[in-house]
Amino acid sequence: MEEGETVVSRIATIDCEHVILAISDYIEGAVDLCLHDRIKAHLAECNHCLAIHDGTRNVLTLVADGSVLEVPSGFGKRLYSRLHSVLK
Amino acid sequence: MNLPEQKAHLDEQSLEAINPDRCQLSSDSCNVTTPGLGLAEHFTSADSLSSRQSQAKTSVAAQPQSVQEGEALLIQRICAGEKELFYDLIRPYERAVYVAALSVLQNESDAEEVAQEAVLKAFANLSRFRGEAKFSTWLIQITINEARMRYRKDRAHLYESIDEKDTDPDGDYFPKDYADWREIPSECLERKELRQALLRGIASLGTKYREVFILRDVQNMSIADTAKSLNISEANVKTRLLRARLMMRDVLAPGIDGVWSLGENSWKKVRPW
Repeated sequence: MEEGETVVSRIATIDCEHVILAISDYIEGAVDLCLHDRIKAHLAECNHCLAIHDGTRNVLTLVADGSVLEVPSGFGKRLYSRLHSVLK
Repeated sequence: MNLPEQKAHLDEQSLEAINPDRCQLSSDSCNVTTPGLGLAEHFTSADSLSSRQSQAKTSVAAQPQSVQEGEALLIQRICAGEKELFYDLIRPYERAVYVAALSVLQNESDAEEVAQEAVLKAFANLSRFRGEAKFSTWLIQITINEARMRYRKDRAHLYESIDEKDTDPDGDYFPKDYADWREIPSECLERKELRQALLRGIASLGTKYREVFILRDVQNMSIADTAKSLNISEANVKTRLLRARLMMRDVLAPGIDGVWSLGENSWKKVRPW
């Protein structure tokens, strides 16, 4: 680390374009520690990227329990009825 | 290619999907930090989101080894003649099969019919399953292929295929400059309108993005299993996933009817950047 350079200035060198490209992996915790810290530092200072990060994470929160796509009523019964005709 | 040739070609594709030799699933080799974990586990450990994710209904997320061993025993017994055990084998994946079909077809009755066909095909070809893949991945692979064949067949008169329709490359996608959407109003989570907005968002995705988004983010399949189910590379899954997530965010960020609730009877228009 050069004289006068802080830890934050060293890691906050990633630009918006690269943050967006990595935002999906970042949300999943699938980036290495170095990149994670750089993105985290960028998000602390960039409202634009923070909004995209939070919005994307919200999307995943809303769909992650699977209830958005419901199975039609009676689906299992009809499936097993058809299966039964083959298995018997 | 005339019609009989097309049918033979599609049948070959279907058989390829259920050929265990195509499933080199000896290990989960995805490049995520925590291989095999679904989003629910990632969020819980890394981002401390609410417990909604941990309540995932999916049965195709990362499975403990004991589940696979139990399934392997079931399959042995079914192949040995105890056919009725197939009910037990298939039961945990009813929903996953239906949703996988829906991700391609976007039509409930078609998806149900294809889901049934896929389950029957899995039963008919169970002896060909050698346990090199997870049973769930093999089953979803069959379902996706059945759904794609149905999609092509139903749209044959339009002279287009899924591949032709989704001509946009998996290039970079830059999200729109919508206002911040920092918090999800809790009362919105149960709202019918929200579910409809999510469905509209999912329907607006191109097929190849919708497939990846549903298998990975709705069904919580791992990156590796999503790739194998769709017969694409893990890198492709990640690229499409990024784009699908950003597009979903763009669809939903303006809020329902352009607003997000701040509380009871309190609405705030989303401010543009």
